Amino acid sequence: MQVFFSIGVDALAYGMVLFIISIGLSVTMGLMRVVNLAHGAFAMIGGYIASYAARDLGLPYGFAIILAVIGTIIIAIPLERFLYRRIYGAPELTQVLMTIGITFCVIGLANYVFGPTLKTIPLPAELQGPVNLGFRTIAAHKLFAIGCGVVVALGLWFLIERTSFGVKLRASVDNTAMAASLGVRTRIVYAASFALAVGLAAFGGVIGAELLPVEPYYALRYMVTFLVVVSVGGAGSIPGALIACLLLGAIDTTGRYLVPEYGEFFFYLAVIAIVWVFPRGLLGRAK
Amino acid sequence: MKKLILAAAAAILLSGAAYADVIKIGVVGPFSGPFAIQGKNFKAGIDAYIATHGNKVGNDTIEVLYRDVPQADPAQSKALAQELVVKEGVQYLAGFYFTPDAMAVTPLLQQANVPLVVMNAATSAIVTKSPYVVRTSFTTWQTSAPMAKIARERGVEKAITVVSDYGPGVDAENAFKTTFEKEGGKVVESIRMPLSTNDFSPIMQRVRNSGAQAVFAFLPSGPTTLGFVKAYNENGLKEAGVQFLAPGDLTQESDLPALGDAALGILTTFHYAIAHDSPENRAFVEAARKAIGNPAELSFPSVGAYDGMHVIYKMIEATGGKQDAKKAVDAVKGLAWESPRGPVSIDPETRHITQNIYLREVAKGSDGAYYNKEIKTFEKQPDPGLAAAK
Repeated sequence: MQVFFSIGVDALAYGMVLFIISIGLSVTMGLMRVVNLAHGAFAMIGGYIASYAARDLGLPYGFAIILAVIGTIIIAIPLERFLYRRIYGAPELTQVLMTIGITFCVIGLANYVFGPTLKTIPLPAELQGPVNLGFRTIAAHKLFAIGCGVVVALGLWFLIERTSFGVKLRASVDNTAMAASLGVRTRIVYAASFALAVGLAAFGGVIGAELLPVEPYYALRYMVTFLVVVSVGGAGSIPGALIACLLLGAIDTTGRYLVPEYGEFFFYLAVIAIVWVFPRGLLGRAK
Repeated sequence: MKKLILAAAAAILLSGAAYADVIKIGVVGPFSGPFAIQGKNFKAGIDAYIATHGNKVGNDTIEVLYRDVPQADPAQSKALAQELVVKEGVQYLAGFYFTPDAMAVTPLLQQANVPLVVMNAATSAIVTKSPYVVRTSFTTWQTSAPMAKIARERGVEKAITVVSDYGPGVDAENAFKTTFEKEGGKVVESIRMPLSTNDFSPIMQRVRNSGAQAVFAFLPSGPTTLGFVKAYNENGLKEAGVQFLAPGDLTQESDLPALGDAALGILTTFHYAIAHDSPENRAFVEAARKAIGNPAELSFPSVGAYDGMHVIYKMIEATGGKQDAKKAVDAVKGLAWESPRGPVSIDPETRHITQNIYLREVAKGSDGAYYNKEIKTFEKQPDPGLAAAK
């Protein structure tokens, strides 16, 4: 029983970190129909900004998070304006080629500017060290990540399902021409949701930095995992992404705990099984 | 016909190189990509040697050519080595960060009449693949086995090994296990983790439940190390008194600033620490830091490269600049010198470097920087890996 809870807590924390980073990708892929392979690069940029702010400038952690999110969005705006806008609605191959190109550029720049070494984001004292849960100890920052994941999930669900911005976004995605003729300024809506996705990537990059450390190859190293989450959850579905993260986190953690020598066998086995039964992902919408 | 012309051209180039005044050395390593920092260290070590010893041996000028293999890629490594030998006419091959890359090149050496000086790749078997291979780095067996003795000395009865599931990881596991059990200890469990593991918390829970008094770990240096060391602290293993033991790859100097306080007190055994206290090392570190640009990036591959250049210079001296791989390799068998890491020699039998292995503890200096503090020396250690393989 103790083993069960122990695995459960680790799985929850890992799943939530995955969720925060991947949900932005789910938004771009599902709602905006852009296969954005540069998503990991934006998460990494967020991590670098936070690391620079907190470690080199000595700013408080919370401030570093805000700075990372805003800074990454500012960097992303010209990219959206000059590059991404050309590939909305373009064939997937075009999107993949362009965004992977952006990723390589970002890797090269990060390597040049910050060097190839690992960068850490110093945590405030409250988030350092273990917290005793009774049956075991867990790192405080993992509890913080779980909390952040819950807030992000609820906030996004509310924004997309319950606000007028969400209505406009869903309308623009389903039929851009019709939405525009009804007075929705689709360009602004697209730009805003792109900024939202990038901001979430940066936020996840900072929160998840303890598990996925920031270094130049971050942008590619974890991209497969993020894409798996989106395809299992169903692109564009927030509850889908959440379920996918928790499920995959649980399978991965359990496998690692009980039979580490099998590596990621069970993880990918589960992915194959789920995608086989649900080709659009768990909660993906039919086109 | 085409092959014949190519062979003739190669022959002309090769014989031409033998009498040339410029002696070319081809260095293959990861100079871009995720392991670029290790390639940078090769270059820093080589540049430091040339800066302190000049670029001439006798009347011959040394020219170093670099070729980039970003990740372990035997086919690419072999192709580049071939290009260096045939097209550039190099007299010496050197570098090689990954074992498979070095292995792929060994079949070329005899025919090309070129010695290979391995500056990093750490699997014992490489030197057996060709009589023209000399290694100036270390093997995972060489750096891991003394740790098992330390563990026994410190009263550890039961240990657990946790390694990344790939060649060097398995080597480290075997080295520790064999030595530890020979010394009368017991390895209660051996965990092999997939290379792509990000969350080490479940592993640490298993370590905890195993009841071992010490955990011996091996992971490739880089991002995963950070997560592993943090998970060790956060899961309360440090407080529970489970000792953390590892070969020095885990606490390489370029990762220490990121590891920070989490790494304090970790015990590692390794052949080289940048903090090693000797006049040779101070001179080396000064020259290598200048060569690498950012002093924080300097790490152990630089010393393998520096000593590799020393061996190549001695080979050139012995052959008078003529291309003669056998004579060159014979000349350095048994060669002994004072390296920045301490006294070293080339074992005439194995052509691998015999060196001191140091027990180190991660400590914080008075300037606030972290370093590997040497606290014990195992003198003149050969490579136990070859003996174990027999």
